[in-house]
Amino acid sequence: MKIVMAKPGLDGHDRGAKVIARALRDGGHEVVYTGLRRTPEEISRIVMDEDADALGLSTLSGAHDVLIPRICALLRDSGMGHVMVFLGGIIPKRDHEKMFSEGVRAIFGPGSRTEEILMFLEDASSRIGSNMPIGVLNDDGWRWN
Amino acid sequence: MALELTGNKELLGSALRGSRRDLSRLLSLIEKGEDVAIPENTSTKKSMILGITGPPGVGKSTLVGRIISYWKKEGKRVAVLAIDPSSPRTGGALLGDRVRMDSADSGDHVFVRSLSTRGNPGGISASLMSMVKLLESCGWENIIIETVGSGQSEIKIVAFADKIILVDGPDRGDIIQAEKAGIIELADLIVVNKSDTPGALKVAETIKSALSFSNENDSPQVLLVSAERNTGVDEMMELIRYSKSPIWRDRIKIRERLLSLWDYRLLSSSQLNQVIEDIETGSISLEDGLDILSR
Ligand code: B12
Ligand SMILES: Nc1nc2c(ncn2[C@@H]2O[C@H](COP(=O)(O)OP(=O)(O)OP(=O)(O)O)[C@@H](O)[C@H]2O)c(=O)[nH]1
Ligand SMILES: [Mg+2]
Repeated sequence: MKIVMAKPGLDGHDRGAKVIARALRDGGHEVVYTGLRRTPEEISRIVMDEDADALGLSTLSGAHDVLIPRICALLRDSGMGHVMVFLGGIIPKRDHEKMFSEGVRAIFGPGSRTEEILMFLEDASSRIGSNMPIGVLNDDGWRWN
Repeated sequence: MALELTGNKELLGSALRGSRRDLSRLLSLIEKGEDVAIPENTSTKKSMILGITGPPGVGKSTLVGRIISYWKKEGKRVAVLAIDPSSPRTGGALLGDRVRMDSADSGDHVFVRSLSTRGNPGGISASLMSMVKLLESCGWENIIIETVGSGQSEIKIVAFADKIILVDGPDRGDIIQAEKAGIIELADLIVVNKSDTPGALKVAETIKSALSFSNENDSPQVLLVSAERNTGVDEMMELIRYSKSPIWRDRIKIRERLLSLWDYRLLSSSQLNQVIEDIETGSISLEDGLDILSR
């Protein structure tokens, strides 16, 4: 899959995002890394220009609450509802349901194993391949776990 | 060869009318090896195509970021194709060029696309030609191609550009080693980046003296810049704007373009596998095989 890996907002913790970007590359994916401090508008534009299949977002600062819904809405509004969004970093359990309801398909917290993330992507990609779209626009309820 | 789907036509129409989303989708189709034929009657203004190449990590992307800003100030619409190698083993790639282009995501007048070398049966060069044509038709006036220049195939990539800047860094001088590969011959300008660090001046001097041994008196100029501090960039852009390619350099470029089109024809032939098998079993000769493929 072609995946954009982005760090939204002012959060400067980029270790996790970089580790995951490399792991996904080693798993055979094409990963575009955006670097730090991208606005939701920039991220949605990058996803468009790159024509990515999926968007991975990494936040550890606690700002996911406002940033993630904004990004998902921008994707939906700019004709990119087919893009699958997944999330990692520090996302408290109590926020998971809200994130899922925004269209996020998976959340990977600290200590997540790359094998599992790769398994998720494989599953996601076979769903997309067999015409079961799981973009931010599709609310079929499917999620990882 | 042309696989013209009706869907493509619609996408193309919409891209030509300015849809960024559909332009981007068409680029993906070209990347997968599809032919996106632009109608003859499309009125197209010739774009300025700038190739940026050089060894890994010398600061090409940072420099591209500066060039974007420079052209943006002139009111130009700038598109970038940034090419990174993919792993031949897994097919995966980490495309990190845009991290360094902080001007890249700044609005409607800049379009940046990362490309890996995988995928296209004919190699990236041939699809690159179509991508550049498409961007041109969609009104992207200035187009930058960034690629790591460390092998023969990369030379072909930059040969699609009107002007070529070869970038080197301190403590490297790699491009002198690379001279054999013919990259220096193609460059309109040689830039030694990271002039803010100690080794840069020495590399620039080494390159200059190496060039002075060649008997061409129109060998490219050597310029020191610092992409990070944004020094020397304006001068670089002036030099490249007014540089004139000698005829022999234009000829080398055309030669490289021909070669890559040739490669593309051969590699994308539906008979390729059959021909390889037949040569293997000895039922045809190499020359016969070539005849079949180039028909
Ligand atoms: C290292 C660290 C730093 C380093 C960051 C270095 C860097 N360049 O990344 C430094 C020292 C700079 C730093 C600074 C700060 N930090 Co800090 N930092 C940490 C720490 C200790 C570890 C983070 C880390 O790198 N982990 C290792 C990586 C590999 O793990 P990871 O990022 O979690 O990623 C894994 C998963 O989450 C997942 N993943 C992550 N992203 C993604 C994305 C996708 C798509 C997927 C699939 C998976 C995925 O996969 C990874 C592998 O399993 C955490 C505490 C903790 N235990 O998490 C605090 C922590 C994140 N920091 C915190 C804070 C408060 C700060 C500061 C504000 C401190 C201050 N007062 O100055 C600053 C803010 C800096 C800034 N501008 O944002 C808080 C955040 C609190 C919150 N969210 O409410 C934490 C949680 C500490 C705490 N318990 O209070 N920090
Ligand atoms: N000191 C100094 N560092 C620079 C300068 N320009 C770029 N760098 C640094 O050099 C490193 C590589 O920069 P990039 O722009 O990614 O180089 P690149 O040639 O595009 O790299 P690849 O695409 O991986 O081949 C980064 O850490 C930059 O910050 C400069 O002018 N001075
Ligand atoms: Mg680069």
